[in-house]
Order: sequence, then structure tokens, then C-alpha cells
Amino acid sequence: MPSPAPVAVSSARHPSGRWDEAVLLVAALALGLGGFVLTTINRTGSQPADVLPLAGALVAVTLVVHLWVRRTAPWADPVLLPVAVALNGLGLAMIYRLDLSYERTGDIHNYGTKQAVWTALGVLLFCLVLLVRDHRMLRRWDRRAMWGGLLFLILPFVPGLGTEVNGARIWIRVGPMSFQPAELTKVLLAVFFASFLVANRDNLALAGRRVLGINLPRVRHLGPLLVVWGASILVLVAQRDLGSSLLLFGLFVVTLYVATDRPSWLLLGAGLFTPAAWFAATHLSHVQQRVTAWLDAMDPEVFDMPGGSWQLVTGLFGLASGGLLGSGWGEGYPNLVTFANSDFIVAALGEELGLTGLLAILMLYLVLVQRGMSTAMRLRDGFGKLLAVSLSFTIALQVFVVVGGVTRLIPLTGLTTPFLAYGGSSLVANWVILALLVRLSDAARRPAVAAPQIIDTAELPTSIRRSVLDADTQENSPEDAAENAAGHSPAPTRTKEGS
Amino acid sequence: MNRQIHQMTVLVLVMFLALAASITSVQGLSRPALWESSSEQGTLVTDPRNSRTIFAQYGTDRGQIIVGGNVIVDSQPVDDAYAYQRLYLGGQMYSHVTGYFSTAFASMTGLEQAENSVLNGDDPSLLSSRLSALVTGGSLSGGSVELTINPQIQQAAWDALDGRRGSVVALDPSTGAILAMVSSPSYDANLLASHDADAAVAAYSQLQADEANPLSNRAIAGDLYPPGSTFKILTLAAALRAGMLSPETEVAAPNSLALPGTSHELMNYAGESCGNGTVTVAYAFAESCNTPFGQMAMDLGDAALAQEAAAWGFGARMNVPLAVTPSVYPANDDTAQTAMAGIGQSSVRVTPLMMALVAATVANGGEQMSPFLVARTLDPDLNVVSTTTPSVARTPVNTQTAATLASLMTQAVAEGTGSSAQVPGVSVAGKTGTAETGSDVGGPITWFIGFAGTDPQHPSIALAVVLDGGEQTADGGTGGSVAGPIAAAVIDAAVDQ
Repeated sequence: MPSPAPVAVSSARHPSGRWDEAVLLVAALALGLGGFVLTTINRTGSQPADVLPLAGALVAVTLVVHLWVRRTAPWADPVLLPVAVALNGLGLAMIYRLDLSYERTGDIHNYGTKQAVWTALGVLLFCLVLLVRDHRMLRRWDRRAMWGGLLFLILPFVPGLGTEVNGARIWIRVGPMSFQPAELTKVLLAVFFASFLVANRDNLALAGRRVLGINLPRVRHLGPLLVVWGASILVLVAQRDLGSSLLLFGLFVVTLYVATDRPSWLLLGAGLFTPAAWFAATHLSHVQQRVTAWLDAMDPEVFDMPGGSWQLVTGLFGLASGGLLGSGWGEGYPNLVTFANSDFIVAALGEELGLTGLLAILMLYLVLVQRGMSTAMRLRDGFGKLLAVSLSFTIALQVFVVVGGVTRLIPLTGLTTPFLAYGGSSLVANWVILALLVRLSDAARRPAVAAPQIIDTAELPTSIRRSVLDADTQENSPEDAAENAAGHSPAPTRTKEGS
Repeated sequence: MNRQIHQMTVLVLVMFLALAASITSVQGLSRPALWESSSEQGTLVTDPRNSRTIFAQYGTDRGQIIVGGNVIVDSQPVDDAYAYQRLYLGGQMYSHVTGYFSTAFASMTGLEQAENSVLNGDDPSLLSSRLSALVTGGSLSGGSVELTINPQIQQAAWDALDGRRGSVVALDPSTGAILAMVSSPSYDANLLASHDADAAVAAYSQLQADEANPLSNRAIAGDLYPPGSTFKILTLAAALRAGMLSPETEVAAPNSLALPGTSHELMNYAGESCGNGTVTVAYAFAESCNTPFGQMAMDLGDAALAQEAAAWGFGARMNVPLAVTPSVYPANDDTAQTAMAGIGQSSVRVTPLMMALVAATVANGGEQMSPFLVARTLDPDLNVVSTTTPSVARTPVNTQTAATLASLMTQAVAEGTGSSAQVPGVSVAGKTGTAETGSDVGGPITWFIGFAGTDPQHPSIALAVVLDGGEQTADGGTGGSVAGPIAAAVIDAAVDQ
């Protein structure tokens, strides 16, 4: 019986990043806690009374989560979790800081506390999702993910359940809780797109006729995708949620392109988007307003108009007042902007942390996305690659739309900044996305000797694929990996990923 | 698939670079957008709709305004949203100079506005103290402004006006330093600077409703006044420049002068006679006879008078650093109007500061110094940051003409209409003015402008006193009877030190 020594050797050559993650987590916690302490000192003149128990509790929770990640996904990328903790902490500190301002004007909300509860819920869900030991199990849920995603989308239309806030019907209210189901739709549709495309990518890429130099796929291959996409866009236009609409569209096009490697998809995507955008900008009053408020933001007339640029420009004033170094935690006036803790939290952070702080936050996102992309590169199965790309790109696109909107690079659309902004649904959804990325990165970074054997089932007929997939997930649990490496190899055919 | 993933990574990178550029343009360069460096309202920082700029001022420990070593405007830490309360300690006589810093209206006036960058610490000259505050972690505080105002003179002027509507402006003729600037009646700046918005708004509407118009700074920015006979100094200067006459020249001084093209006749004040009908220029000036000066103006012509007024600074913009409303010599259509303008009637309109400058120019041998209110600016630790250097604004007349005018003005006080401005032991020179307003109620606008000092060659003060006409002035009042005594009180306080 050979000893399991090779595993030990290979883990020495491939550091798991356990300690890196621990060190980074300390730094990440310091960001949020530091913001909290500075805010309290600057706003009240004294240190927060309960900072030590709070810090202790946070350190304890983080330690548990860290250990949980290392247990369930030992090879996970050590950067992902700390980045999320840093962003979530900064967001919490700013939301709490705004609470103090609102309190002063006699407007008492406990957004900070509520967000903390949502954070706890999100972290719990993060841990639960990590129980899925192999991401490829998700692949079998493609139809369920699709129907679930569509169901979540139309929930706000159910009478008595959905509520309209500021002209957008994107919320459901259950008791005291309100929830934005489209946030979860995004995750579910990412799963559906990835699994559907990986199964049909050759059909989509190669079959079909060539028209004007563009490969058009057959309708029966494209059909389900178009139906899902069209339905979601339609629902979103009816809900007046431009941000989510743009997000799902971007998700769709990018996943399609990565799966099929047909630039024609990008052209086709642009061809679909341009007339839709033109129609919306010229025919839908709320889109028209947004475009006007973007182009002529500084015009006094547009500034004062209802639905005009007042909010956007006040946010810009805040950012400009922040300057290079910012006013400091609690020293600015971010509360002058409406929705400073949700849609405009970027403006609030920019005002108090300055250009330097905001660029640093941007860097955190970039690191997160880049880690997701490199996970996609290293993964060996098509489904995992597509899922990693689409989830990472979702984060990037969301940041682009929000920060671009707030800084007047593009028209303002309502979207939340991942992890930063106030809002339970978004926070929970992003922790789920992070869990999936952690799970994917674990698979990507696992040393080859310890890696589960991979069969690219995409090219197998459906009937065989099902059985292989089922067998696959049973055989390739991490416990088996050591055995496989130790010589009990079932010697499967390793099909190389085609690209 | 890795190639496409790589492409997507590059795409993400491009997106983030665009975001970084956009953030930098807004935060680093205060541009409203990447494609727009500023709007019609200025950059994001200077846009008046950016209430943060004013909010930020509330949070800073604003510097002091100092007069004669005493703090007249200070900031006091308070425990409310604005952190500091502005206090006006100098009393109402300083309100028009200092202005007020209002949280309720998110606005500032007077020196609070004009010297805002020093007071709030943003001025580039205060960079070093700002840097040291940054390094030592101390709170940012603004610099202080020390005024040229002499508190004794200011107080004397305020007391002498005694609540009547009018103004006193006094200058140091050799430097242009403003020694006193009083506008009466005044208001309590503390009420307007109150952090209680309702109280501030109530106080403001009450002041605005007051028909005495206490909010207007009559010295430099209120309604302009007709200068009356004080303008004869300019008419005479123009005649001397033209070589038409000398002080000893005998001129006709009839009881009335027919104005060509009209049925009006120009009379002397109150229809009095001037001497025996033929007098010297010196006598006509001292007794302020109208008819010889009306004739003189017609002889000179309107262009020469307009040129003279411009040479003395009429129509020019001035900042002391408070903005001064330019005085006006109007375009006159006919000779009758020119005759009236020559005696300071028609539509000639001046500020008290302008007339004080006229007196100061004569006192300073023809050189008109630029008037200024700020002597020095100090950093938060009261180290001197900058000192105002006196500068010559213009030289309307030569030394000889100035000496002639000075001796005529001395004579006017010694023997003429200005005798009420005499102060024992002090050499006083001056000119009275009594400008009819044409209103049926009350008396005329009365003036005294002049200069004084213990050494007649080097007067230490030049001043202008004006009292609004109308119902507040007794009918029959003149520059000599009403404004002269005020000037005497101010000169007494100035020279008595």
C-alpha cells in the first residue's frame, strides 16, 4: 500500500493560501472597523462604547467563516473572501455613519443594524452554499434555475406581494422584509446560461447558416436562450428596472461569446441592443428623463425638474468636495444626497474617503473580478469556466453601471454596488455569488494530483451525460481524490478542453 | 475558451480604466463630466448650488476681524450642527464693513465675503499653516484680517451721526487707508448670523421692511447721492486746468443766472446775494455761490467737466476690497444741465467714499491713493501673512492746483460756509454741500467734505460726511449747519490722539 505522501508533497508545492487568507482577513476587518471607529469619533467626539465586544464578535465570526472555507474548500483563492469582507465592512461603516446624520435631523432609521442582520444572513448562506462540494452538481439544475429565475422576476407583479418604490416595481414585501428578487434571478440565470451553453455550444457555434459573413445559429438551438432572455428583458422593462435589464443583457452576451467564440455574437448583441436602447431613449418617459438628466445635468432647468438631475449633481458636488483625500469619515455631507446609503453609496464614500479611497475601492473590485477571471482560466470544465466568467463579469458590469452612473460617465440606472450598498437582497445574492466563486476557485486551484478526474460531458449524448454526471459527483468527492492519487485511479479518458 | 476569457478580462480592465478616468475628472479636477470641464455655474466646487462649500465653511474655525488690536468679529465653538457661531462684538457701527456670515441664508456679505478665502483658511498664502495643521493633526482654522479702521474715529463718527440716515467715510490722505466707514442706521449682524433659521429670517424681513433701509451700506454701496456744492471743487479744478482763472480772478456773481433754452433761472442758495455781484473766485468758493460756478461750467463745456470727473475716478470700479458703486457724471444734453452739473445738481451722483477721495486727493498734493480697508492678513497663529502696500490710483491734478484748491478749502472753513467744522488747534479745510432733492417733504441732502491735521502741509485725515435729505432733515438745513458739526466731531477725535 503506497503512502499518501505525494499529496503532502504536492500541497507544499501548491500552497493552499490558508495563511494568506488569514492575514488579508485581518486587514479587511481593520478597514471596516476603522471606518466605524473613526465615524463615531468624528461624529460624536468619543469612542464607540461597545467597540471591543463588537470587534471581538466580528473577529470570531470571521475566524469561523475562514475555518469553514478552509475546511469545505481548502484550495480556495485566499483573496476572494477578504475582498468581500473589506467591501462589506466599508459599506456597513458608511451606512452606520449616514444613520448618525439622519438621526441628527430627527429621521431615525437603523439601516446599519438592518444591514448587519442581512450581512449575517448572507454569510450564513455563503457557508451553506459551500456545502455543495462540486460545482458541477449545479449543472443538473439548469431547467430549475431557469424557471426559478423567471419566477423571481415576475414575483413583484403578484398582487399583494409586490410593491412599487420610486416608480420601479421590483420589490416584494413579506411582513417587515422587502426583497428585490431580480438579484437572485441574476445568479440563477448565470447558472442556466452556463449549463445550457456548455451543452449546446458546438451547435450554436458551428451549425446554422452564414449570412453576410455572420454565422447564424439554428432557431432550435438558440430558441430557449432567446425566450429566457426576451422574457427577462420584457419583464424588466415593464418593471422599469433599467439597471437589471442591462445587467442581464450583458451577462447573456458575454457568456454566449465566451462559450461559442463567435464575435458574430457580439455584433448580434449590439444589433439587438442598439434599437432597443434607441427605442427606450426616445419612447419611454423614464428612460428619456434619465438620458436628459445625464446629458444636461448641469442645466439649472434640468437640475430643478422633477425626475431631473438634482440627485446626480448633488452626488457630483459631494465627490468634488471630497477631492483627493476626502473629508474624512463622518466629516462630509453625504446625507445631502437622497439614497446616499444605497444607489449613491459610491458618492458618499468618495466624498469622505476622497479620490484615493474611491480608487482603492475600485481596485478591490478589480482584484475580485480578476481573481474570478483567472479562476475561469484555470478551471478545466466548460461549465465551471462559463459560470466563473459570467459571475465575475456580473460584478464588473454592476460596478461599471453604478460608478459610471454616479460619476456621469453613463446615464444613471438603479443598481446596487456589490457588497457596499444598503439592501438585503443584493447583499445576500452577492454572498451567494462569492460562495460560488470560492467553490469554483477551489476546483481551479486544486493540484492536479488531488484533483477529481474530469470528463467533459458536453460532447456526450444527453442520455449518457446524465449518468456520467451522476457517477462523476459521487466518485470525485475530495476523500476519493487522495485515494485516486494514491494509485486507485479508475483511469478515465481525460478529454482536453477544446477552445 | 481561455482566449475569450482573456479578452473579457481586458474588457473589464478597459471598463475600470474608464471609471477611474471619470472619478478622477470629478474628484481630482472638479469637472462635472469627462466631456465638460465646467458648466455655466462654474466647476463643481465653485457652483453656487454646491451648498457643501458653504456647509464646509460652517465647520471651520473662521478667523477673526481685528480693529485697532481689538477683535470685532470672532468664532465661538458651539455644540450644534454648525460647530462654530460667528460673533459680532464691535457693535452696529461695524456691521456694514464686516457684513455677516449667515447659516440660515447660506450666504455672506461685506468683508466676510470679500476676505472669505483668508477667513476660512483656503487662501494660498495660508498654505503653510494648512500644511502644518495637516501634519500635526490640528484642526483647520482660518486666518485673521486686520482692518485700517481707527476705532476712535469710527466711534466718533457713529456717535455724531446719532442714528440719523447718512454716512461718514474718513481716509488717511497719504496712504488711502480707510480710517472710518460708517453707515447709519445699522443693524445687529448677530441676529442674521443666528443658527436659529427662523429667528434669522424674521430679523432679516424686519430689517428689509424698515424704510430707513438699515441693510444698505450708504458709504459705498447704497443709493448714490447728488454731491451738491462739494462738486464745485471739480468744476474749479477744471477751470484752473483750462487756465481760465485764478483764485483772485473777479467773476460775476448775479443773484440769478438765466439757463439757456429753459425758463428756469439758477439762483444762489436760498435766493441770497453773493457779495456785491462781482466777487473773487475764492470768495465765491468759500460762500458757495451758485451763479458764478454755473457760468464757469457753461464756459468750460460739458466735455471738459466729464473729463475732469473721470480724471478723479468717476465711473471707475473700485474694490476696497468691498465693491464700491462707481460714481456717475452723466452725459448732459444741453447747457442748462451742464450748468446744474457744475454745482453738483442735475444727475451727478456720487458715493461718500468718492467725495472723501476728492478731499484726500487735494490733501495729498494731487495724488489719489487707492483706498483700502484691510491693513494686514494674519495666519491662525497671528503671524503676519501679508500687508497692504499703499498705491497711487491716479493723479487728477498737479501739486500746484492741489495747493490752490487746498488753500481755497481752508478759507471756506476759516471764513466761509464751513465754519461749523472748525476745531481749535487744528487746521481744517473743507467744502460744504447742500443738494436739493426736489421732494416736498423735509430738507436737502447735506454734505461736508474736507481734510484736517495739526500740520497744514500734511493733513492726517480726509473725510466726507453726508446726511440723507427728506423728512429726517430739518427744512433749511445746510451742509454747514448739519454736516459740518459731524465733521468737526470726527476731526476732533482723529487729531486729538
